[in-house]
Amino acid sequence: MAALNLARLIAAAADAIAAHAEELTALDQAIGDGDHGLNMKRGFEAVRAEADLFAAKPLPEALKAIGTKLVMTVGGASGPLFGTLFMALGKEISAEPDRANLTAAFGKAIEAVAARGKSQVGQKTMLDVLQPVHDALAGEKTAAEIADIADAAAKATVPMKALRGRASFLGDRSIGHMDAGARSTALLVRTVAQAIGEDA
Amino acid sequence: MSNVGIVIVSHSPLVAEGTADMVRQMVGDEVPLAWCGGNGHGGLGTSVEAIMGAIEKAWSEAGVAILVDLGGAETNSEMAVEMIGEPRAQKIIVCNAPIVEGAVMAATEASGGASLKEVVATAHELSPS
Repeated sequence: MAALNLARLIAAAADAIAAHAEELTALDQAIGDGDHGLNMKRGFEAVRAEADLFAAKPLPEALKAIGTKLVMTVGGASGPLFGTLFMALGKEISAEPDRANLTAAFGKAIEAVAARGKSQVGQKTMLDVLQPVHDALAGEKTAAEIADIADAAAKATVPMKALRGRASFLGDRSIGHMDAGARSTALLVRTVAQAIGEDA
Repeated sequence: MSNVGIVIVSHSPLVAEGTADMVRQMVGDEVPLAWCGGNGHGGLGTSVEAIMGAIEKAWSEAGVAILVDLGGAETNSEMAVEMIGEPRAQKIIVCNAPIVEGAVMAATEASGGASLKEVVATAHELSPS
């Protein structure tokens, strides 16, 4: 795997979140508290503002610093969850990861997110996208296929009943809406997959 | 101060401040106390940075018990404890208890010089297991 252009990737991720901020907010308004788009945009703009600083660090340190920045700026419950994803990824990944290392690190990061949210797959959360993406990484899928798998996984949260987070207060009424965190996770996966595809 | 500190974390600054006010009036000033609430941008929510600040403010060598309201407050509080890091993190516990009753009962216990473990146990007794 070629070295990532991290500054470019950060800009692309911030662009993707900004472009879909209204959609994320609309999803969150249906079954959450309606701040997901705004929160994620604020966090990723804060990361974009210091992109050069992050890009100058070795990959593990960069990911940990991005995670910390997200924790401090996203707010809501998403801050610690997305922050933990990046921080844990940074803890486990090597400076120049191959696919096996990336897959293993991603698996550990998913465990960390599950522990942080006291959640598991099947509860209508970002984990429902992260886990299929991990399986696809382990299963030799291409970057483009992984992006599609992430989108399909986000859509698959529509018929699920929320068991964690604010959406769980709605019980059965959470059924029929896509989980906002799953959607933003799929957006980020597609951005990374595209960047890896271009840089490879 | 040698008594266990109490931190109150609500999605609403009004709830957090009101709960702290009840603790002050019902328990007194023998307990280090801090509160935070709101997302830092004028809306409902909790902020890791604000929680870390509240823990600093209520810090006691005897430890700090945190009382929270809804799920995100718990997640953010646990994140704040982790970011404060060891050795202090092991002396900070997020309680599983109703925020108002838990804060008053925990502070009452703490004001008598109880250990962190005792303070937290008192708060936990309020939660149906």
